[in-house]
Amino acid sequence: MSAEAKTMRRLEPAAIKGVMSREVANFRTYWKGTTFSSVLEPIVYLLAFGLGLGATLVDEVAGIPYIEFVGTGMVATAVIFSSALPSMFGTFVKHRFQNTYEAILAAPVDIEELVSAEMLWIAIRSGFYGCFPLLVTIGFGLDPAPGMLLVPLFCFVTALGFAGFGVAMAATVAKIDQFNYVTALFITPLFLVAGTFFPIDGLPEGFQIVAQANPLHQLVELVRGGAFGFEPVDIARFAFLVAFAFAMWRVAVSRMAKRLID
Amino acid sequence: MAAIELRGVVKRFGSITAVDGLDLEVPEGICLGLLGPNGAGKSTTMRLLTGQALPDAGELRALGHKLPEDSKAARAKMGVVPQLDNLDVDVTVEDNLAVYARLYRVKDVGGAVDRALDLARLRDRRRDAVDQLSGGMRRRLLLARGLVHEPRLVLLDEPTVGLDPQIRTELWTLIGELKSRGTTILMSTHYIEEAERLADEVAVMTKGKIIARGHPAKLIDEHAGEQTAEVYGPPERLVEVRAGAEAQGLMVRPAGPAVAIVGSERAGNGGIPSEAVIRAATLEDVFVLLTGEEAE
Ligand SMILES: Nc1ncnc2c1ncn2[C@@H]1O[C@H](COP(=O)(O)OP(=O)(O)OP(=O)(O)O)[C@@H](O)[C@H]1O
Ligand SMILES: [Mg+2]
Repeated sequence: MSAEAKTMRRLEPAAIKGVMSREVANFRTYWKGTTFSSVLEPIVYLLAFGLGLGATLVDEVAGIPYIEFVGTGMVATAVIFSSALPSMFGTFVKHRFQNTYEAILAAPVDIEELVSAEMLWIAIRSGFYGCFPLLVTIGFGLDPAPGMLLVPLFCFVTALGFAGFGVAMAATVAKIDQFNYVTALFITPLFLVAGTFFPIDGLPEGFQIVAQANPLHQLVELVRGGAFGFEPVDIARFAFLVAFAFAMWRVAVSRMAKRLID
Repeated sequence: MAAIELRGVVKRFGSITAVDGLDLEVPEGICLGLLGPNGAGKSTTMRLLTGQALPDAGELRALGHKLPEDSKAARAKMGVVPQLDNLDVDVTVEDNLAVYARLYRVKDVGGAVDRALDLARLRDRRRDAVDQLSGGMRRRLLLARGLVHEPRLVLLDEPTVGLDPQIRTELWTLIGELKSRGTTILMSTHYIEEAERLADEVAVMTKGKIIARGHPAKLIDEHAGEQTAEVYGPPERLVEVRAGAEAQGLMVRPAGPAVAIVGSERAGNGGIPSEAVIRAATLEDVFVLLTGEEAE
């Protein structure tokens, strides 16, 4: 009886670990390509923006050399592109093309565990890949600082939210090409108005308010805090990211439940 | 306690009633063949049993657990082999099995993987990616994955649909082994031969209901009688034969290019055309008579 009572709990670690182990097994077959592009991309961006733009047009932003400004900001770029997109496409493909979820849900795994595991795995990966731009920027001359040790955590929490967003979108669209709308309406604007390439406070006031609601902007600020010194407001920023992750988690679970259970 | 108990189960999708007041009891230790044409509601019944569809009415129990409330505990002891191959194709054979051993909370994952590899006869291919396997190997692996935790009850949803005959026979052998170990099996199929070979009992399902149930021989006896007379000929001739037989109150069904007069032993003298080929009645006769659909 006790064994049965145990299998009926919510959010069982064994179920979550099981689902994640499937992701890990798959990841082992494609990690080289993903890792290669995660390292190369920030280098290319830094060369183009940092050196190109930095040498000709802008020298410094808010007292920070432009290359370091962009490099720290690119952490957010790495996070959204390693969380929202893989989550969106991965979930859709597993659900609609591979019938993976049907098999997983036939095992003693419920939707909440399935979604949590998928989000956690993506967030762990993003926590890791998010650090690459920072490491590359250090290679370009940024001074290491102890606050940078918190960057993986910031990336992890932000990626959790965007992974949840991706799952929710995958459970909402009818066809895979509708992701074009999601990308154009959400991902590209979020990525551009995060304060990665130019400071938000140069924007008209309306945009500034919208930018404050952009989790990526909060992440960018936190990463710069880690590199150049935190401010008290950073606690609020972090709390905002935690709330974003939590809200997206609940939305993702309920969207997937609608989709997967007839 | 029966392994599966369904009473008055209804499942609707909008205006379609996929399962329509289904009563189904599967005692422990038997293989029940759920035989029905396309759209009969077989897969929906399976999904209700795994908690992936919620009933609109009725009571469901699997291994004593009430569904859908207690579905997770039931699923832990149940194995499911899907109609469609959903293996992870880039991943190795053994990793595919290990993942599911973990999902089913097996304590000794390595041991369970070895057992499943033996069952699927894939021990020497364990480190190969699934996409390097032949179609038959993949199917054996899919079956073994559903059995990795040695479940007491196994749901097989059209386990051999669309497979070539050789692979089908291979799977039948594996399912036969599973049966001999005393595992309870609910197997949906629309292949008569599959049901005849593997099922201890057959339930004929159509339009969301079970309309006949029993041992194949009993069903044949009850619904078809002893003999069937098949008459081949041009369409006009078939129409004539059909009319003649029906006039005598005999049951007639289409049988591809022929008509089959079922229960021909009941015909009066000269009631069966002389060119008819007489054979023993089969489950196929029963199926076609009851469901009105041509069997495969
Ligand atoms: N998710 C769904 N949404 C809408 N209708 C559905 C859904 N699932 C099943 N149906 C309908 O319910 C009916 C029964 O379908 P089901 O898949 O259970 O049949 P089946 O006996 O498994 O058929 P087959 O032999 O073709 O697999 C069909 O009319 C089908 O179109
Ligand atoms: Mg089906």
